[in-house]
Amino acid sequence: MAVATSSSQVLNNVEAVRATLYEALKADDKVVILGEDVGNRGNVFLITKDFVKEFGTERIIDTPIAEASIVGIAVGMAMEGLRPIAEIQFADFIYPAFNQIVGEAAKTRYRSNGEYTVPMVIRTPYGGGVRGALSHSVSVEALFYHVPGLKIVVPSFPADVKGLLNAAIDDPDPVLFLEHKKTYRLIKGEVPDGHYVIPIGKANVKKEGSQLTVVSYGLYVHWALEAANQLEGDGMSVEVIDLRSVRPMDKTAILESVRKTRKLLIIHEDNKFGGIGAEISAMVAEEALFDLDAPIRRLAAPDVPAMGYAMPLEEAYMSSPAKMAEAMRDMVKF
Amino acid sequence: MSAKAGTGSTFERQGLSDEQLVAILRIMILHRTLENRGFALNRQGKIPFASASEGHEAVQAGAAMAFERGKDILVPYYRDLGLDLGIGLTSYEVMLSLFARIDDHSAGRQFPHHYASKKLGLYTISSVIAAQTSHAVGAAYAMKLRKERGRAVLTTFGDGATSEGEWHEAVNFAATHKLPIVFLCENNEWAISTPLSAQMGQPDVYKRAAGYGMPGVVVNGFDPVACYAVTKEAMDRARHGGGPTLIEAKCYRILSHTTDDDDRSYRTREEVDERRKEDPVPAFERLLVEQGVLTLQSLEDLKASILAETNEATDRAETVAYPRPEDLFTRLHEGPWEPWQ
Repeated sequence: MAVATSSSQVLNNVEAVRATLYEALKADDKVVILGEDVGNRGNVFLITKDFVKEFGTERIIDTPIAEASIVGIAVGMAMEGLRPIAEIQFADFIYPAFNQIVGEAAKTRYRSNGEYTVPMVIRTPYGGGVRGALSHSVSVEALFYHVPGLKIVVPSFPADVKGLLNAAIDDPDPVLFLEHKKTYRLIKGEVPDGHYVIPIGKANVKKEGSQLTVVSYGLYVHWALEAANQLEGDGMSVEVIDLRSVRPMDKTAILESVRKTRKLLIIHEDNKFGGIGAEISAMVAEEALFDLDAPIRRLAAPDVPAMGYAMPLEEAYMSSPAKMAEAMRDMVKF
Repeated sequence: MSAKAGTGSTFERQGLSDEQLVAILRIMILHRTLENRGFALNRQGKIPFASASEGHEAVQAGAAMAFERGKDILVPYYRDLGLDLGIGLTSYEVMLSLFARIDDHSAGRQFPHHYASKKLGLYTISSVIAAQTSHAVGAAYAMKLRKERGRAVLTTFGDGATSEGEWHEAVNFAATHKLPIVFLCENNEWAISTPLSAQMGQPDVYKRAAGYGMPGVVVNGFDPVACYAVTKEAMDRARHGGGPTLIEAKCYRILSHTTDDDDRSYRTREEVDERRKEDPVPAFERLLVEQGVLTLQSLEDLKASILAETNEATDRAETVAYPRPEDLFTRLHEGPWEPWQ
């Protein structure tokens, strides 16, 4: 149970995002927020509620419903010296902005040989378990994971949200910041006061163990920890790694853990085919195949477009602590 | 509005001095000379590719004269060699780009004429149509947020770009926030092989401005002085809080799209020959001689100096090294490149 102290407070993930954005706006006039309904509405999850009263409509910009130019305008602002934080209301709506993220933001430094840079954050809520149906539930990390020049952060805990969002805002290059919306109010934790930064690209071993390495990120880290703790009572020792960012990825942390436990299970909410787990599997097979005592296993979503609106379809698409515990048990016993 | 170049009617110089008129002509001839050199180098097998903008010289040199160096920002498209030269890009930098040498702005990564120079106020672009338009709007927003006066953004594109959804989004946002920006459409009637009739229901891009709530202006894109005048008026309005303008300069793409395109598959020689009669370069040469701004001798001297400059730039750039294989790995993001980053 998280407890507030004199130098920290207990926040959920929404409050952690909100507090970090607020401090960034206070600290630097160059920081602006732009997106759909971020102004008077205060964002659909109330993350920017009342910001417009303090910082004005010129820095908290209600944009037209036009995702490509939300990102494109942020790119131009960043090239002209601002520190834009663009919001895509739901990750499912990011597709119209694909060219601006992949073809423009991620390549600007490279194509101008360093003359222009794009210090920009794109925040977007993603993920399922909230009856979001086909267009309010998707995971988009694998679509962008292929792209050099783009950092992708996926925090799971409130303290990480703050430290990594600060790192993203400070970063001299574009960062895609993915916030799992089921964790928004579900997950609470102690968040240190004041400005601090958690470096992008460093995983976090959330639970140490000796018989199996589980690599995950987002909502599923919480479920994996629940499952691993349950197995602990049955005498099974499972290590759980929270990746925190999928690009750059903490290869060292994964390999160190796998070489210790000799077994690897990757769990993610996104589709299995071509997902983050495929890349981790290939990397571990290349680097540490002979350290393994069991085949690598991936627990991920089936190869269908997205989870359905009906509860049985959502449940069938998503994993659960019980399904995770079963997979972990099989791996430990292998 | 000035008289059409070469018509012999009264010449309105729009406040431009003789030196400025000659400077415009100089950019027009330099633009054409460098571009023709690019085609020749391609045919000689020395460079892999060159793009064409014959027919765009007048609008580009004229608009560039309305650009304030050291203040304004230009967000061009790839067919804007004359505009780039007109705001201060050198022939040598053009040749480095054509030859894809290490000292090119992109260090040999980009196609020709995709420049990037903060010193010039020249933004980096990709080749994706209309993708630059929202960057221009973002830059203009930054100027407005900082309450800067006396600066504006000039962004350009062809008629083809106006079909992109992103173009609409950017223009709409600029109008909504009354940003200091000028949208200049170089309407050359062709999107590679697709004519205006297959691109839009009515052929006047400037008329769309009314729908966004900004002034829309049409100008003869073969008349550099008229193009200067409308761009100057729009940029001045933008610089002093008057908001954006959409300008449509009607011109024509005389050559194929690029060295990799053959326009005989989609338009007749008769059409092209007929339109070449409107070629703005010889027309403006004649006009300045007729008006006594230049003598025939000084025009020949000007052409000779441009050719010498082009030759010198070609020879100098050709001796510069290519990027090395290891240069593939630099400046992707801050800090050194590492796999798995």
